Amino acid sequence: MPRVTFPHMGESYRTFKMLMNDLGNEVVLPPRPSKRTLDHGVRHAPEFACFPFKILMGTYVETCLLGAEIIVTSGGVGPCRAGQYGQLHKKILLDLGYPVDIIVFEPPRLHPIDFLRNIQRLNPNRMSYRAVWDCIKRAWQKLIALDETEKITHVVRPREIVTGSTTRIYRKVLEWIDRSHSAKEIEEAHSSAVEAIKSVEQDPERKVLKVGLVGEIYVLLEPASNLEIEETLGNLGVEVERSMFLTGWTRENTFSETHETISVKDAAMPYIPLCIGGHGMESVGHTVVYAKRGFDGVIQLAPFTCIPEIVARTILTSVSKEHGIPVLTFFLDEQTGKAGMSTRLEAFVDLMKRKKWQDELPEHNAVKKGQ
Amino acid sequence: MTARVGIPSSLLYYMHYPMWHTFLTELNLDVVPSGQTNKNFLDQGVKEALADACVPVKLFFGHTLTLRDKVDYLFIPRVVCLNQKTIYCPKFLGLPDMIRYGLPDMPPIIDIQMDVREGRMALFRAYNQIGSSFGAGSLQIARAYLKALYSAARYNALMQKGWHPPEAIKAVLNPNSKDIAPTARKGDLNFAVLGYPYVVHDDYISVGLIGKLKKLGVNVITLENLPPATLARQNCDLDKIMFWTYSDLVLRASHYLFKSGQVDGIIHLTAFGCGPDSMVDKLMELTAKEYSNIPYMSLTIDEHSGDAGVSTRLEAFTDMVKRKKEV
Repeated sequence: MPRVTFPHMGESYRTFKMLMNDLGNEVVLPPRPSKRTLDHGVRHAPEFACFPFKILMGTYVETCLLGAEIIVTSGGVGPCRAGQYGQLHKKILLDLGYPVDIIVFEPPRLHPIDFLRNIQRLNPNRMSYRAVWDCIKRAWQKLIALDETEKITHVVRPREIVTGSTTRIYRKVLEWIDRSHSAKEIEEAHSSAVEAIKSVEQDPERKVLKVGLVGEIYVLLEPASNLEIEETLGNLGVEVERSMFLTGWTRENTFSETHETISVKDAAMPYIPLCIGGHGMESVGHTVVYAKRGFDGVIQLAPFTCIPEIVARTILTSVSKEHGIPVLTFFLDEQTGKAGMSTRLEAFVDLMKRKKWQDELPEHNAVKKGQ
Repeated sequence: MTARVGIPSSLLYYMHYPMWHTFLTELNLDVVPSGQTNKNFLDQGVKEALADACVPVKLFFGHTLTLRDKVDYLFIPRVVCLNQKTIYCPKFLGLPDMIRYGLPDMPPIIDIQMDVREGRMALFRAYNQIGSSFGAGSLQIARAYLKALYSAARYNALMQKGWHPPEAIKAVLNPNSKDIAPTARKGDLNFAVLGYPYVVHDDYISVGLIGKLKKLGVNVITLENLPPATLARQNCDLDKIMFWTYSDLVLRASHYLFKSGQVDGIIHLTAFGCGPDSMVDKLMELTAKEYSNIPYMSLTIDEHSGDAGVSTRLEAFTDMVKRKKEV
């Protein structure tokens, strides 16, 4: 049985583990990115490679040490660097002397035959395409369950009465979803997970700020790379809405009022009329949409030296001014410290609070001053 | 009064200026390049551009700022793809937007999109659009376009003869001046300096690298001097092509030179914070390991590059190559 591994990206590894097992592979679970992962990554990756490249590099080295033989990852056709990750990782790993093979999944519409061939390579038991499709369908369902559950924690956490209770329950319910296997089980685990999180004791009166998270997909989805920014914000009493999930974002993608509906792409159009790779265009579009939906602020997360996000950041200055929405940008790298980040977040939250509630009743101001 | 169109002398300038200059001049426009980089440009660029941007982009901001009060229009086309295969770096794609939204009070920007994948006549259509926006007739535009193509061809032909872009630009634009002779080849070592034209040929940001090498008795070949058809055929042992135009060229050039062995050393000149180069440099380094007969050095420059530091490294590298040849 081939020993297969894949990048660690948030909680999604639970899904891929199930999928790979179902297809008949042995899975080497990628460890959660840690200091050691980064040490490996920084040592072997090029100096100016973006942060996700270094994390993946480290993860691959760690899993190679655990005996992985095949690495499964995603590709892309540019102009973002992520499209080149696969082949450079492979060259570096071979240079280091790890006999691994990397299977890169390119967009199936562009390379349909390669796509099927790659699937066959991960299908040692030669299951029929129909059976493979069933496995993928179930994996997708699980991914949705994981994403939906996470979304609810973002709403509940800022309103929880006992600090940390949401996170505690969330950890527990993840295991339920993890253990479910058949379609029915996943569905049950999903609904009970959602219920469990909703039943966390909440303060419905509490005033919370709403913040949108935009930026590059990897640092958005992997809490270890963004230093659990969602949790930190939740604990500061901020409801977070993340612009990106693995299962897509079609519903939140549009902003509709009685007469006006704009998609993220349309919103970005006046500022940046073509796809510049990565998620630069989406970052700009989402910021506009968040501003129109009346959010209190936007936080952009970008890996250090990420090209599309640098372009987006330059443009966001104008977007922020024109739409009157505060934007805070974090360029994340291996040197980013949690304390420094929390300080900046606290200052940002204070700024948003003052902006939002300055016009309200004087006694509220008095209470706030008294705090 | 003719309208003045400013072209920042940075980034795409080194590859396309003769063509753009000819085209715009033929339309009776006054073309104003921002000129040779100096400290002032860099300081202004560093102040205005985002700290995380790469040095060439900061420099581009500086060049654009000096043009702000001198011109009526800024010519910053959005060049996406010119060869059907590879596209430009995301920063080039977002360049007009970065300037428009990143700098205050800029004159109108001509940001025509040039993407040959859109159709056979896409490039001409782009130029046609530029021409019509200045109110030129279609005959005039067609004539200007053909002349522009001619100067681009002459420019490339000169570079194939071993000229470097700054001299070639001068020669193409003033055909009558006889005082610029092609660089004589007289050194006893041949180095290839690979890197993006806007880094290698910008004398200020590269700290006069090419001049320094010539002083050390080294003949310098750059990317532009290599035959494009050979490069296009070059196999780079990759699973997937490098999809940025300049990076693709640099990588192909390095493979070509490593395999043909016609140079004594290869220097990769890269700019601090350059995204594509982080990949290219590593790939070149790994290739260099396989061809250990040709020494390879990677040199990173940034806004603080010191003259002495670069000189020392170049001298050391040259000495090493010399000693290796003598033994």
